[in-house]
Formats: sequence, structure tokens, C-alpha cells
Amino acid sequence: MATVIIPTPLRKFTNQTAKLNVDAHTVGEVIEKITLDYPELKKHLLDSQGAVRSFVNIFSGDDDIRDLEKEKTSVDHSTIISIVPAIAGGLH
Amino acid sequence: MTTSDIHFSKEELARYNRHIIIPEFGEEAQLKLKAAKVLIIGSGGLGSPALLYLTAAGVGTIGIVDFDVVDDSNLQRQVLFDIHEIGKAKVEAAKRRLEALNPHVQFVLHNTHLNSTNALDIIQNYDVVADGTDNFPTRYLVNDATLLLDKPNVYGSIFQFEGQVSVFNYVNSQGERGPNYRDLYPTPPPPGLVPSCAEGGVLGVLPGIIGSLQALEVIKVITGIGEPLSGRFYTFDALNFESRTFHIKRRDDNPVNGKNPTIHKLIDYEQFCGMRAIEEKPVKEITARELYDWQVKGTPFKLIDVREPSEYKIVEIGGELIPPSTVLDRAEDIPRDIPVVLHCKAGTRSLKAIRELEEKFGFKNLYNLKGGILAYIDQVQPALTRY
Repeated sequence: MATVIIPTPLRKFTNQTAKLNVDAHTVGEVIEKITLDYPELKKHLLDSQGAVRSFVNIFSGDDDIRDLEKEKTSVDHSTIISIVPAIAGGLH
Repeated sequence: MTTSDIHFSKEELARYNRHIIIPEFGEEAQLKLKAAKVLIIGSGGLGSPALLYLTAAGVGTIGIVDFDVVDDSNLQRQVLFDIHEIGKAKVEAAKRRLEALNPHVQFVLHNTHLNSTNALDIIQNYDVVADGTDNFPTRYLVNDATLLLDKPNVYGSIFQFEGQVSVFNYVNSQGERGPNYRDLYPTPPPPGLVPSCAEGGVLGVLPGIIGSLQALEVIKVITGIGEPLSGRFYTFDALNFESRTFHIKRRDDNPVNGKNPTIHKLIDYEQFCGMRAIEEKPVKEITARELYDWQVKGTPFKLIDVREPSEYKIVEIGGELIPPSTVLDRAEDIPRDIPVVLHCKAGTRSLKAIRELEEKFGFKNLYNLKGGILAYIDQVQPALTRY
């Protein structure tokens, strides 16, 4: 059971839920389950080939999964997965 | 300029006393601040607190890049400005406020839109850049320009309740260079997928927090005190009051400074961010003046306003309100036998709505009001409220 932190721009696709508990063994399974439960999340997280989009970062604990084993990175009950999309605001 | 050429007057020593008495800071760090040249890109939500604190702190030279003028809707968060500055150039208004705060600082104003033609010329004169811009093309432009010129880039970004901070392209005392924006986010989201703050909103206090953190990191980069936020990526969720600091690394496939760089000069960032491609897909447009002509001549047409109800309450020009999330559900109600003009605030949401209606329902009679209601106010009815 991993905990997934959903960023505010994507909470409109998770019924405003900020944290999801997901029963999974890898980051890939986590993503698969949350996009099954909340299909609207899918186009924001994954490209047409099913890979994590390059403007979305997924961190397992404090580390970018690209520096671990990407989608194969294992998770356990204490793992916190953070989804952090690019945002560009500031000036206006 | 080295710090040995710089001295403080008695007034400056008194002004900076609370810095100088910190043992880890001292007069030496204060001298480094005075010797430094910092460029703040964007004097809006993030730039306001960054400029105020860096001016107060005694950075010797501060450059400000902004092409905009002060607007009523800025004052909810852009604490650098007040009601007397509405309609005036932001860089000029900023300078007036900041000179009153600290007359020992030199300001250099760049009242221009930063682009691939001028970015290197402007940035090369500074030691550190703080990026507080509001769109992806400029983010990548600032990133690449600071890489090409070998300058550290203190990054801050906000959206609604979320803030992000990092220090990019920082070389530490061991000579190790940290990651940059392209290592963190190799490509931008396609246009339209992530709304801007102008469309998605931002809580006014949030840029105050994130812009202040940028000022903090600028001071650390200049003075060498502490551990700058290099190789780390800070995120703040104001709604739940949760912050996290992630580890980030350089990537071999970075096209500017990875193992096999393919970008050696600034590129077309609008195109890189996919905006040019969308602009080229033609949608029929009407200017505010042409719309006004139709109105006065009684030409049959329908006007649809695809903004949010909260925006409609501020100002409207007689269109039927159909909020963007309901446009496709209301397609049946949109006439096909007369021209239909769609408008939003500035033209982006109405463009998207027209594309979707044309694609999914085969409409051929839709026109986008160029520049949205803002253009209509500017060109036809200046007495209406801008926001």
C-alpha cells in the first residue's frame, strides 16, 4: 500500500482527493491503478505509448523515479509517491 | 568588480547592521551583495517580493525585465505596485518604489519582452538570474540562455496553491555543476493542457512565499553562505501546508549541456512549446472593430462568451455565457445558420472551444474574437472594467 500525493492541478480528476492509498508493488502498478480508478488522470500522466509524460515528474520518497528503476521502482506500505507536473506561473 | 573595491558609507553600515552582526554573514557577505548584479525576469507576483527583499538586502545592481503595464488585477498579489501606478510601465513603477526603499541600489530597466534575440545581450551583464516568468517558452528560454552564458538561475513557479523552487546551473565550491530546468522537465506540456495563472488563478499570498524563497536563494548564491537549493527541488502545497524537497540530477540526454549537446544557441521557444503549430491551424477570426461594425450595422450573428461566471460578473459585452467546461454539452444550442462569434478573456479558451466544436460537431460558422474581451475593451469600449 503506497500513498500517492496528487498535486492541486490534477485534483479535479480525483474528486479533489489529495492523497490516494494504492495497493501495489511497483510505481508502474501504482500509476496503472490510479488511472483505472480515475481515467481522466491518464492523459495528464501518460503519453499515447503509456509512458510517463516528460513534463510530469514522479518521485518515490525524495527521489525521481528516473534515477531509480523508473516504473519498475518497487514500493511498500511506507512509500510516498509524489506527482509533480510542470507549472509555469509567476508574472501575471 | 571585486569586494576590495567596494566600501560602505556610515549610512549603509547602519542600514545593513542586522546582516553584518550575523556571524555567518558579516561585512564580507554584505560586500558581496553590493558587488553583485542580479537580473529579475518578471516584476509580477514572484518578482515583487524578490525585488523588494533583494533591494532591502542591499544587492548593488538589480536589473528588471518586464514589458507589461500595471493593471488592477495585478494588485491582488503584486505588492510592489499600488493604485497610483495603474496603467504605467511596471519597470518604471518598480523602480520608483524600490528607489524609495533603498537609494544605495542601482536599477537597470529592460522594458521589453525577453526573446531569443535579446536574451543573451541582457543576461550576460548579470551574475545571477531569478526567473519569475509566467509561461513555458520563456522558462526554457531563460534556462537555455543561462546555460549558454554560464549563470546560475534561481527558479520559482506557482499555480493556484502550488509553488516550486530550485537553483539551476549552480557550480559549487568543488566545481560541480547542478542540474537545470531541462533535466527536471525535458519538454513542456502541450499548449492548453496546463492553464496559465491568468486562466487558472493563483492565491495571492503564494507568490509572496515563493518569490521570497527565490530572494533567499539569490542571496545564498551570491554570498556563498549555506547550501543553495541546487540538485534539489522544493515544492509547497499551500492548501494542505505540505512541503517536500526532492533530489534532482543532471541528465546525459540534456540537449544543451548533456553528453551530446544538440542546442548550441537559442532556438524558437514558441515553436519548441508547440504554440506556433497551433497558431498555424487556421480558425476564422474577427477583430474587435469588425465585431463592433457588425453590432452597429445590425448584421445577424450570435455572440457566445466562453468564460467563467465569476469573470462574466466583472465585465461582459452582451454574449451568452457558456462556461468552457459546458461548451461541448451545449453544442446543440449553437446556431449553424448565422455567424457565431466566441470570445473569452484573451482568445485562448475561445480558440480551443472553436477547435473542439469544429472537430466534434463539424461547425463551419464559428469566429474567434481576436484578443478576447480585453481587445474589445481596448479598441471599442475603454470605459469597461479590465481584469
